[in-house]
Amino acid sequence: MSSEQRRKERIDRGIKVRSEGIYALMSIRELSYLILPRLILIAGLLVLPMALPGMYWQRVLTITCIYALLAISFDFLAHHVGLVSLGGAFFVGTGGYLAAILNTTFGFPPWLTIPLATLAGGAVCTVLLWPCLPLRGVYFAIISLMYPLFMARVIEALDILGGTDGIMGIDSFTNRRVEQYFILGVMLIILFAVRRLSTTDLGLVLRGVKDNDQAIRASGMSVTYYKSVAVFIASSMGCLGGACLVHIYMWSGISQFALDFSILPIAATIIGGAGTLVGPVLGCLILVPISELLRDFGTLRIVFYCLILVAFIIFRSEGLMVFGSRKYQQFERWTRI
Amino acid sequence: MTSQPLLRVQAVSKTFGAIRALNGVSFDLHPGEILGIIGPNGSGKTTVVNCITGFIKKTSGKVFFRGMDISSKPPHKIADMGVARTFQIMRPYYSLPAYKNLVIPLFSPRAKRTGGWRGGGRLGDRNTVGIDILEEIGFERDSFVPYKLAATLPTGYLKRLELARCLALKPEIIICDEIFSGLSMSEIASMVPLIERLQMDGITLIMIEHRLRELFRVANRVMVLNFGEKLIEGAPDEVMADERVKAAYFGSEEIEEVMCHA
Repeated sequence: MSSEQRRKERIDRGIKVRSEGIYALMSIRELSYLILPRLILIAGLLVLPMALPGMYWQRVLTITCIYALLAISFDFLAHHVGLVSLGGAFFVGTGGYLAAILNTTFGFPPWLTIPLATLAGGAVCTVLLWPCLPLRGVYFAIISLMYPLFMARVIEALDILGGTDGIMGIDSFTNRRVEQYFILGVMLIILFAVRRLSTTDLGLVLRGVKDNDQAIRASGMSVTYYKSVAVFIASSMGCLGGACLVHIYMWSGISQFALDFSILPIAATIIGGAGTLVGPVLGCLILVPISELLRDFGTLRIVFYCLILVAFIIFRSEGLMVFGSRKYQQFERWTRI
Repeated sequence: MTSQPLLRVQAVSKTFGAIRALNGVSFDLHPGEILGIIGPNGSGKTTVVNCITGFIKKTSGKVFFRGMDISSKPPHKIADMGVARTFQIMRPYYSLPAYKNLVIPLFSPRAKRTGGWRGGGRLGDRNTVGIDILEEIGFERDSFVPYKLAATLPTGYLKRLELARCLALKPEIIICDEIFSGLSMSEIASMVPLIERLQMDGITLIMIEHRLRELFRVANRVMVLNFGEKLIEGAPDEVMADERVKAAYFGSEEIEEVMCHA
């Protein structure tokens, strides 16, 4: 049989159909079909800090979670609202510096600075990005890339907020386990919260902004308002990451405006699967440790890193999560035409 | 007709660079009527709609809704006041099922205010209201059509979806931009009663059309645009008898057909 006479057919698995909606409650099998993948993710991540050997890799996991927060934020903005933002570093820096100031100047403890920096940082980022909100697509991307560069240069040139030395002497978390599980827990909660948000009516409106903003206007809703709501949500996540970061390193500096925080989450989103939200988290779990492992190669690190990225884009361009969930929910077979 | 017009368009002009798309167009829209706007291609019909609904800025002129000046209001404010519109090029939210397309307008401040439902329908959610509206507009309730992705719906349903999106706002005026174009004769035949029902429900309509025969079945008044200027305004048969209109449409088969029927 030649390949022209056959085609690949994709059919939903019976269990997928049986476990839709209320029918999932039929039996333990349907329930576990739904719960198991989520359970593996949650339990796996919660066990990981215990299982990992040594402080170094545990710290890498914590940093991975912060990148994962940024990746969720990027994925949410880009694929659920239609704003491609390269401002991840801007969010991290704003949150980081705010937490640092609140801690060193006002003496607030970390459990107060982190929520404050999250909300205030989200507000600051939203206000500063407000003038750019009418922009779409690549234009918004370029403008949002400017912000972290701008902030770093302002701090450097005016020598404010500690200048190039940064702000030192920031309180750390009470101990290592608290630090790990706090960030891990927050990341998981935000992952599921954003996932839930995307299916609420507000989430649908945001998706509408991406699909067809003229129709949103024609429905009597301000596109700029809903974009700013989305930017507030996304930048708060970034600021949360930044605030955690300064308490981990006990230092806040202009390297928090480094473009790593903008670029790596995007790479993770591409690898993990755009729009899936959990995909970017998986992407970070792959990319951040890889980039640490590649430190042994010295300068060649970037080369290998690029090769891995290119390989992913060529062989799994749809993203791991899209590929994985398709295999999980459907089976493929060849049929004769 | 009643004394206070629902919508008054006063000497609206629009220039795109050197091109005069609209040149001092004025008309009144009275409550409960259906006004048809016709004209050859490029005569400025869609520009009128865009100027009324605020999607483009007028070069000069004013628009009054219930005596209130809405000339400089942004589009979402105008829609919020009750002037809904459809788009000539249908652009639904492609990645969403048909009924979810309606959840979005139902989430708008106007729908929350005018709908009478507290955040939803009788079951307390917007999905149900969305399906109710779709049924009203001709989607079969118990079929799978309302649940299909908008991207997979045929043109006839997409046109209805455009109209349904307006209805979700409980508007006072609906401006339909070529809602019949691209439809088959039978699809149009099933749309016409729908338009008549909207009128009976007290909604005022402006219809921009190329399908003159179908338009004349429903329209109370017709306005003809040519090169951005208002040519004539009046009852359908009066308008069609006018020499200038014949000249503007010269060679158009459609109008000859209509003339023969008249």
